[in-house]
Amino acid sequence: MSDLDSFRAETRDWLEANCPAEMREPVRDERDVFWGGRNTEFRNDAQKQWFEACAAKGYTVPEWPKVYGGAGLSPAEGKVLREEMARIKARPPLSSFGIWMLGPALLKFGTEEQKRHYLNDIAKGKIRWCQGYSEPGSGSDLVSLQTYGEDKGDHWVVNGSKIWTSYADKADWIFCLVRTDKTDKYRGISFLLFDMASEGVSTKPILLISGNSPFCETFFDDVKVPKEQIVGDLNRGWDVAKYLLGHEREMISGGGLGDGSLSLGSKLVTALGKDAMGRMDEPILRAQAAEFDVDAIAYKAMSERFVDEMKAGKNHPATPNMMKYAGTELNKRRHELVMAGGGSDALEWESEASDGGAKARGWLRTKGNSIEGGTSEVMLNVISKRILELPGA
Amino acid sequence: MTKEEKDMPLYLDDDQSMLRDSAREFMKGEAPVAHFREFRDKDCKDGFSHGLWKQFAEMGFTGMLIREEDGGLGMGNVEAGVVLEEIGRNLTPSPFLTTSVAGVAALNEAGKDMRDRWFPGIVAGDTVLALAIDEGAKHRPADIAMTAERAGNGFRLNGKKQFVVQGASADMIIVAARTAGSAGEKDGLTLFAVEKDASGMTADSARLVDSAMAAHVAFDNVEVTADAVIGEVDQGWAVLEKMLGAGRTGAASETIGVGSGAMDMTIDYLKQRKQFGQLIGEFQALQHRAAHLYSEIEIARSAVLKAQQLLDEGDAGAPLMVSVAKAKAGRATNLAVREGVQMHGGIGMTDEYDIGLYMKRDRALSEFFGDANYHTNLVAEMNGY
Repeated sequence: MSDLDSFRAETRDWLEANCPAEMREPVRDERDVFWGGRNTEFRNDAQKQWFEACAAKGYTVPEWPKVYGGAGLSPAEGKVLREEMARIKARPPLSSFGIWMLGPALLKFGTEEQKRHYLNDIAKGKIRWCQGYSEPGSGSDLVSLQTYGEDKGDHWVVNGSKIWTSYADKADWIFCLVRTDKTDKYRGISFLLFDMASEGVSTKPILLISGNSPFCETFFDDVKVPKEQIVGDLNRGWDVAKYLLGHEREMISGGGLGDGSLSLGSKLVTALGKDAMGRMDEPILRAQAAEFDVDAIAYKAMSERFVDEMKAGKNHPATPNMMKYAGTELNKRRHELVMAGGGSDALEWESEASDGGAKARGWLRTKGNSIEGGTSEVMLNVISKRILELPGA
Repeated sequence: MTKEEKDMPLYLDDDQSMLRDSAREFMKGEAPVAHFREFRDKDCKDGFSHGLWKQFAEMGFTGMLIREEDGGLGMGNVEAGVVLEEIGRNLTPSPFLTTSVAGVAALNEAGKDMRDRWFPGIVAGDTVLALAIDEGAKHRPADIAMTAERAGNGFRLNGKKQFVVQGASADMIIVAARTAGSAGEKDGLTLFAVEKDASGMTADSARLVDSAMAAHVAFDNVEVTADAVIGEVDQGWAVLEKMLGAGRTGAASETIGVGSGAMDMTIDYLKQRKQFGQLIGEFQALQHRAAHLYSEIEIARSAVLKAQQLLDEGDAGAPLMVSVAKAKAGRATNLAVREGVQMHGGIGMTDEYDIGLYMKRDRALSEFFGDANYHTNLVAEMNGY
């Protein structure tokens, strides 16, 4: 037996012993997603047991080094673990912007001390992070941001505001882009980390068309940030920010994969029924669902290739932009079809039968996928410029 | 299947990349679009060059999928796809897909006598095979109605086939016919190896839009012996599935080659052509369409490679992925050639420019082994809706 074979066998046994049956069921709503943090609560014992088993084993961040709270798996072992978790439909034990976004940036740009401190806290789910990037006047044109950190010797005093800060009202710490030099647009931004409990930080949730408020406005009023809480060099935060954006785009592109199990068409047909030929009793929707399934399965292959190539260092560095574009457009299409398949049932906004309007709210939420983290149009600009090398883009 | 293969990453490994480099150099050097044009303008009845086919043999391409103990290289669908993508990119006319990919996939299921009969000639680049599957204008293999009745020690074939590519120049045609049951049933099909001089078989060749030659083949009491059966009588569906699996992913690879060639040519053009005092590639209206096209082609390429890996692993999920690959490659490449002609503007409509040739090739390839609609429908059926 090869090393990978025995690793697969061990992994199966470990998952069998440690992943409770409830954690293999599809996620029903937001409370089934465990985000960690100082003020978190587990929904039930199974969620707690699964998270704690993974955190102890390093499986919340399996490919991070052990000293930073990971399991130190090789890319090939990491792939085996993902495949085995997918096979039993295990839920992610911990969802976290620390894992998806800040962690990779710290691994690349952080000091050894920062890595040991912050990464371990992320891996163990102790600190919940949020991202301070966009500002009211700086959306797609992110680099025009105005939040300013004034140099006060051993610390900065930060003033300004951010918008679209995901879960800022629930987060413990923020990674934040702050202007530290007003004379240079790109080389005047620093990447700072600070506690959301600091004096002068306040948040205000934004009510979305989905009726939910996953995003906030975040205000900084003379917030003191110690100098050691900078990642990367002074005024070179844009390098960190861009690198992190790559991971953010990759994360958002994952929406294109759906829940990774059934085809969309086979889900819709259970509600719509079949004709005498055994086909979905709604011929045009059947065709649209089949076209969608072709695209979604092909995208899944692209996603697998993307991860494999990234681990081998074979990717064009701008590929996450392409994944983000394709994945988010796909996810929007999925939810349009879910609504069409659901008919008037899917319009219900509050009823118990509709799970509190889950379909409608989910559909509306996906409209933001191709806006947040860089719009589809910005993604296409980046592909044109950096991959296709078209002129003047 | 070993576990190592199953854990194969989804990109070409070092050996496959080397193969791609040599296939790319070979097609570009020996059989570029200029070779295709020369052939077309000579009105060649075969639709390909026998000399080039011998060169394919020297490169080791012809026997790629033949097992080593049968004198081949024992490679897989991934490797065949690597070669086919370069064929597509250069519009190289050759019997590679029908003979060395789909044909060999069927013959690999045949008995030793038949393998010994055909494989040496294929490996040497002397033998060409054609496939007689379709009976109507669309690919409907389950609806095969052509009959093969038992007669003495063998069978008597009657019926008509069409879209038999290079049917008039093939040394042998693999014919799918019904030995039992009726159209629409998978049981009762049998595959036969019918030699070119078989009495009662007539091939009426026609030139297609992409300049390929395809025959309408009529079978009028064509007698074959029991030795002509590939695999088992009445159990031909299993062999046909092997043949179609290899043919469909192979065609998908060639399609991606066509799409990539058209896309690259178009993006180059956007960087050269000036209008209104600037390069047209500076216009965002064109940039976004080019970027979208790039994304579609890369997604399709991934699906095709995944299908080939699954086929080579003998994975149960292969048929679904094969249909996804053929459908997605067809859609993406169709976008590439349409955008290609449009973005070239007026010269895109001229015969002098190559982009139109890619459009024609895409059109023909899309019908080969089932078009995107056919395979999209199969995806729905395989998913139970």
